[in-house]
Amino acid sequence: MVSLTLGFAFLYLPMIILVIYSFNESKLVTVWAGFSTKWYGELLQNEAFLDAAWVTIRVAVVSSTIATVLGTMAALVLVRAGRFAGRTLFSGMIYAPLVMPEVITGLSLLLLFIGIGLDRGIVTIILAHTTFSMCYVSVVVSSRLVSFDQSLEEAALDLGCTPFDAFRLVTLPIIAPAVISGWLLAFTLSLDDLVIASFTAGPSATTLPIKIFSAVRLGVSPEINALSTIMIAIVTVGVITASLASKRASTRQQAEERAAMRTS
Amino acid sequence: MRRLTLIAVPYLWLLALFLVPFLIVFKISLSDTAIAIPPYTPTLDLAGGWAAVRAFLSQLDMENYIWLTEDALYWKAYLSSVKIAFIATVLTLLAGYPMAYAMARAAPEWRPTLLMLVILPFWTSFLIRVYAWMGILSNEGLLNAFLLWTGLISEPLVILNTNTAVYIGIVYTYLPFMILPIYSALEKMDDSLLEAAEDLGCSRLTAFWLVTVPLSKQGIIAGCFLVFIPVVGEFVIPSLLGGSGTLMIGKVLFEEFFNNRDWPVASAVAVILLLILIVPIILFQRNEQKQREAEGLDVFPLSMWSR
Repeated sequence: MVSLTLGFAFLYLPMIILVIYSFNESKLVTVWAGFSTKWYGELLQNEAFLDAAWVTIRVAVVSSTIATVLGTMAALVLVRAGRFAGRTLFSGMIYAPLVMPEVITGLSLLLLFIGIGLDRGIVTIILAHTTFSMCYVSVVVSSRLVSFDQSLEEAALDLGCTPFDAFRLVTLPIIAPAVISGWLLAFTLSLDDLVIASFTAGPSATTLPIKIFSAVRLGVSPEINALSTIMIAIVTVGVITASLASKRASTRQQAEERAAMRTS
Repeated sequence: MRRLTLIAVPYLWLLALFLVPFLIVFKISLSDTAIAIPPYTPTLDLAGGWAAVRAFLSQLDMENYIWLTEDALYWKAYLSSVKIAFIATVLTLLAGYPMAYAMARAAPEWRPTLLMLVILPFWTSFLIRVYAWMGILSNEGLLNAFLLWTGLISEPLVILNTNTAVYIGIVYTYLPFMILPIYSALEKMDDSLLEAAEDLGCSRLTAFWLVTVPLSKQGIIAGCFLVFIPVVGEFVIPSLLGGSGTLMIGKVLFEEFFNNRDWPVASAVAVILLLILIVPIILFQRNEQKQREAEGLDVFPLSMWSR
């Protein structure tokens, strides 16, 4: 009990302090001078931050969507495709980016983009983010595919489905929770990434983490506290909603399975 | 045909955007710095045919690597990164194991909530979580204000911009990576094993050492690798919390590339960093594989998200 209390205090206190101080009147982050929301107002006036936020969101939506498609395909290959030439290399390329230092991934992608003459900007950030987040998606989805009863899909094939229809009508609904969490994971990873984006972004497109990093390098600023609070709030609401929704879905699924057992 | 497409699309994507870039890094690490665009020489001119390729190959050399061994900054940075990563991993294990243990012992109806509380910081921006400590650890920061107020210290402690701050930052941000695999190993443990050990005369502490720890070994190994490997190349934490005395190779590489614009040396730094990490990465993958084959469980915390 003690270790849990201390542990969670350690995990949450710094963020709670950050949130509290974002409402501080004073510019000095360590002196409390009364409640104020003025830093939120200043943040909303800051064009540079708003532009960067918009770039970040577009990058995250596009890259996580492509990554989910590619990652799900890769998961199907890992779990279902059996043996093929170059399988070891394939699974190596799936798992390696998960633990690869970001500086190496960022550097190597930048050198590739320069080598093929692709101008750095929003497209290169999307390509970079898709590449590392598809690996996370494929790990999440394949752990769900492993426990999936393949005879369900075989039954659909026996009943005359094309392989694609069998996938769409049988497999996909069952692995959907994993696919959705894969997408969410890819989305957050993209929102969060500083190092790889620093290498692959150009002067035409800057992401929010790059902006935040260059601001906080100079020290603590109340505007960044306000921005952090908004981001923490969005994440908290999102995660709690998602977990409640998935809980409800799994209860419903169990009820349906029980009903199906009774009727059969 | 369909199977081929399914394999080919992600395969080609990873080849083009993961493997080929590495080969480019390797190639550039053998080139020389030049004041040009791109800032290295030689560049390969495929239009020149075979002779051009041969001329290109003959100009590649190990010069950058020799330079890395001669300049003390680099090997000190490698050593110091490995040392910081090792100590931080041990600290994270010491902080994470009791939490994972307490979570696995908690009443089953509480476990999903506790699990979510551990996972939630994962979804919050890494940068923001590191930044949060800057306001706490600085000289006028809250920690010093609190300690001065209690009278424990009479002068502010210098924590920010030291290695201590780096350790705090690493333990803080990587703690969930340690807790989740250990928890998933401990959760599956059969409590009757502990009762049996105690019935057979073990004290609770001996039972813990002889039963609980060995049963959670896979989780401990996975957690340690998940912390150690990325921390060696960490950039954000040493740049924001560390000081001029904090030498980490991720930061050196970043600065070599962006401030000095020395691409060949930055590439050589990256190749060596990868060589240092290749052994832990392979060991980590073996551990994962063994775990999957032996018990059908996945200690990698990512699988937590798919449930």
